[in-house]
Amino acid sequence: MLFKTASSPHQNQAITVDQVMQKVLLALIPGTIAAIVFFGWGVFINIIIASLTALTCEALMLVLRNRPVKPYLTDGSAIVTACLLALALPQLAPWWLTVIGTAFAIIFAKHLYGGLGFNPFNPAMAGYVVVIISFPREMTQWVPPLIEGYTHLNFIETFKLIFTGIAPDRFSWDAITMATPLDTLKVQLGLELSINDIHQHKTYGPLFGSLSGVGWEWINGLFLASGIWLAYKRLIDWRIPAGVLGMLFFLSNSFALYDYASFTPPSFHLFSGGIMLGAFFIATDPVTASTTRKGRWLYGMGIGLLIFIIRTWGGYPDGIAFAVLLMNMAAPLLDYYTMPRAYGHQWYEIPGYHKEDQDE
Amino acid sequence: MTEHSNQLSNFHGGLKLSGHKTMSITSPISQAKIPAKVIIPLHQHIGDSGELLVKTGDKVLKGQPLTQPTSYVSAPVHASTSGTITEITEHKIPHPSGLSAACVVIETDGKDEWIELTPVKNYQQLDATDLRNIIRHAGIVGLGGAAFPTAVKLNPGPTHTIETVIFNGAECEPYITCDDMLMRERADEIISGIQISLHVLNSDNGIIAIESNKPEAIGALKQAIKKNNTTNIKVISIPALYPTGGEKQLIKVITGKEVPSNGLPADIGAVVQNVGTMAAIHQAIHFGKPLISRIVTITGKGVKKPQNLDTLIGTPMSELISQCGGYKENADHLVMGGPMMGFTLTTDQLPIIKGCNCLLVESSDDQQTQRRVMPCIRCGECARVCPATLLPQQLYWYASSKNFDKVQDYHLFDCIECGCCAYVCPSQIPLVQYYRFAKTEIWNLERDRQKSDHARIRHDFRQTRLEKEKQEREERLRKKKEMLAKKKQENPETADKDPKQAAIEAALARVKEKKEQAGINPKNVENLTEAQQKLIEEADSRRQQSKVE
Ligand code: SF4
Ligand code: SF4
Repeated sequence: MLFKTASSPHQNQAITVDQVMQKVLLALIPGTIAAIVFFGWGVFINIIIASLTALTCEALMLVLRNRPVKPYLTDGSAIVTACLLALALPQLAPWWLTVIGTAFAIIFAKHLYGGLGFNPFNPAMAGYVVVIISFPREMTQWVPPLIEGYTHLNFIETFKLIFTGIAPDRFSWDAITMATPLDTLKVQLGLELSINDIHQHKTYGPLFGSLSGVGWEWINGLFLASGIWLAYKRLIDWRIPAGVLGMLFFLSNSFALYDYASFTPPSFHLFSGGIMLGAFFIATDPVTASTTRKGRWLYGMGIGLLIFIIRTWGGYPDGIAFAVLLMNMAAPLLDYYTMPRAYGHQWYEIPGYHKEDQDE
Repeated sequence: MTEHSNQLSNFHGGLKLSGHKTMSITSPISQAKIPAKVIIPLHQHIGDSGELLVKTGDKVLKGQPLTQPTSYVSAPVHASTSGTITEITEHKIPHPSGLSAACVVIETDGKDEWIELTPVKNYQQLDATDLRNIIRHAGIVGLGGAAFPTAVKLNPGPTHTIETVIFNGAECEPYITCDDMLMRERADEIISGIQISLHVLNSDNGIIAIESNKPEAIGALKQAIKKNNTTNIKVISIPALYPTGGEKQLIKVITGKEVPSNGLPADIGAVVQNVGTMAAIHQAIHFGKPLISRIVTITGKGVKKPQNLDTLIGTPMSELISQCGGYKENADHLVMGGPMMGFTLTTDQLPIIKGCNCLLVESSDDQQTQRRVMPCIRCGECARVCPATLLPQQLYWYASSKNFDKVQDYHLFDCIECGCCAYVCPSQIPLVQYYRFAKTEIWNLERDRQKSDHARIRHDFRQTRLEKEKQEREERLRKKKEMLAKKKQENPETADKDPKQAAIEAALARVKEKKEQAGINPKNVENLTEAQQKLIEEADSRRQQSKVE
């Protein structure tokens, strides 16, 4: 009898990349439903457009790069990228904007760098940055939450608007779209209004809930909950979101304590915009993050710091994409200088500490 | 004698694995049948093979030496039963790359007739050197799997004080139960062997470390300790966490100290011995029996009646399998050792050797049948579980891109090949395979490099110096011999050694052990491109410089 050979270990645990991706997608569902409930069908339509684009581009690139299509197409990573990007875009972003962003994410940010596992930049965020720089106006097409006193579109109207750019006759463009609470707060604070004034404002006032913007609180709360679940299941490393949120809280809290009236309060920072999505789902993309424990802390904290800076003083309302991409660049360096002390070694034997590194 | 689990330390990472151990412990250890022929490889241990003492056609008795050790790190092999030598030939041996090696084939006569044995009456009166010598000539090697000559390990050299002697009964690999069964059934022999080892090492206390999932073994040893009124040995129950039975990990758990990279346990005052080895020492000292058998676990979902068999060295594996009821339909992998660190064999027509603790027959549903390898997604799971605190994903990256400089910066040679990383990898990358490949390549490169002029000059220098030293030593030895002429012992090899020489030899042996422990032997010499060659040389010169500084 002749036996097959294999390399040790001869058993392994049954969790695969596909399963990791599936669980991440699963964890995205509650927050996504909240986004649809509060901000209408645009979210849903964007996700569908992005997913179809992502799968098409993925298949195309796999064929062009001469890779087996099936295993990679079904690994779920393209869908995850698509969902993350779609959730970061304004609800009424025109269809071509979503397509361009997603296509750039998959083709340039992912495949031209070698595909899954080799991309240095988070594809979803790279796609996002491309569209926000190229199409700043379209990137403001956010809608107000579905509450009393604001206009909302039904599915057909939303669909038509996204695909044709034609708003229904019964509404004016101005009534349909509205800056996000995070943006509003920043602009108004810039106009020397105090937080209290803004909350009392007759147009903007109702947009603010108890923590942050109406709707956004729920979305972020649910992403927080499912993010904690992912961390508990060890599908993501808790250190990264802890670093992001901890840093953001620390900074916003310090500034708010210093001058309550003119800085955005920490609760608002932590429950506005894409922060929870960013901290638990985007920053934790293992491919582009640091891989060591200490590195992951620093990586997360760096993102938190950059988000705070961009939100407070930068030119964009939410800074997650830029923060993530900047820290992506730092990840290899972080890895190198945060190597753990190997068993039987002294700390100073870490090569980075005693020899200059000519190789990188 | 009490448990001190609260004082234990942890090592980084590790895995909680399901044991799969119950299937092979339902029945007590049974005696494997004497096969029609035994095939005894001359080289079953780490170190040099011995010099052949027999020839084809010789009648041999059970326990008769077939080889004698030629160098310090060497172990003889013995006839495991009585019979006639039919051939001395190349035969396939259990080896990861399916090598063949010189073996003595004995046609057994079924009488199982022992050679005359000379037990030691009162070992306390012998000094360490004599006892080591008996252990050495009994062919005893580490039975945990590494098969390093025990006599060498029991000689830490005069420069080391041994504070902690650990007897390893952890048996952390899934499926394997031979040590567990041995501890349950032959606790007295183990305790007796431990006393001898402690005497040889001149240590007062010993610690037996057993994973907490073996309460019967712990109980049996405690009882044996009580029965013998022993006070210097205690049993410690350690948390079941793979690979806690790894030498370095066990030392960390028990002492809280780490064996320095490139160092040996003795450097931090520790020695680790397997419990099975202790039973063998007991047999050698109290009964004069050399190591001619061992307990082998035959287990797995692909074999009908998993159990432990007390097996003569040289018994063909196929015989053991048939004694265990044969294979099941779905058997498709035969592994020597455990599922984490063992290696696959292509055939069962191979002899059991001293280091073979387990034969694992895996069925087609054990292995993940369609293992789909995906690219590394840098999830860091491998780093989380690595007991050597390495960054396996970086090792993989640099090993697969043949960047042998970087891969050593990331401490490739501290990898113990435990397989934890590959076990958890969601991309199912056979990581350990890459590390073995890189290690082999680097050894090959170093060997090639030594052919360079620079190395030759160094080598020549060394040669002259060694020559001079040798002459001086011989001169000294000659003088001493003259003085000691009256006391001449029957065994000149070790008994006459002056302490200095013993120390040198011990040091050499340690260096050797270290090298050997680094992993399997080099294979498939590959031609390297000039660029790669240059990389290695640069790395070496850099390393050289940092040493000089
Ligand atoms: S576990 Fe596998 S996929 Fe994850 S970082 Fe390690 S090698 Fe890469
Ligand atoms: S095989 Fe090597 S790298 Fe992998 S976990 Fe074990 S020691 Fe670490």
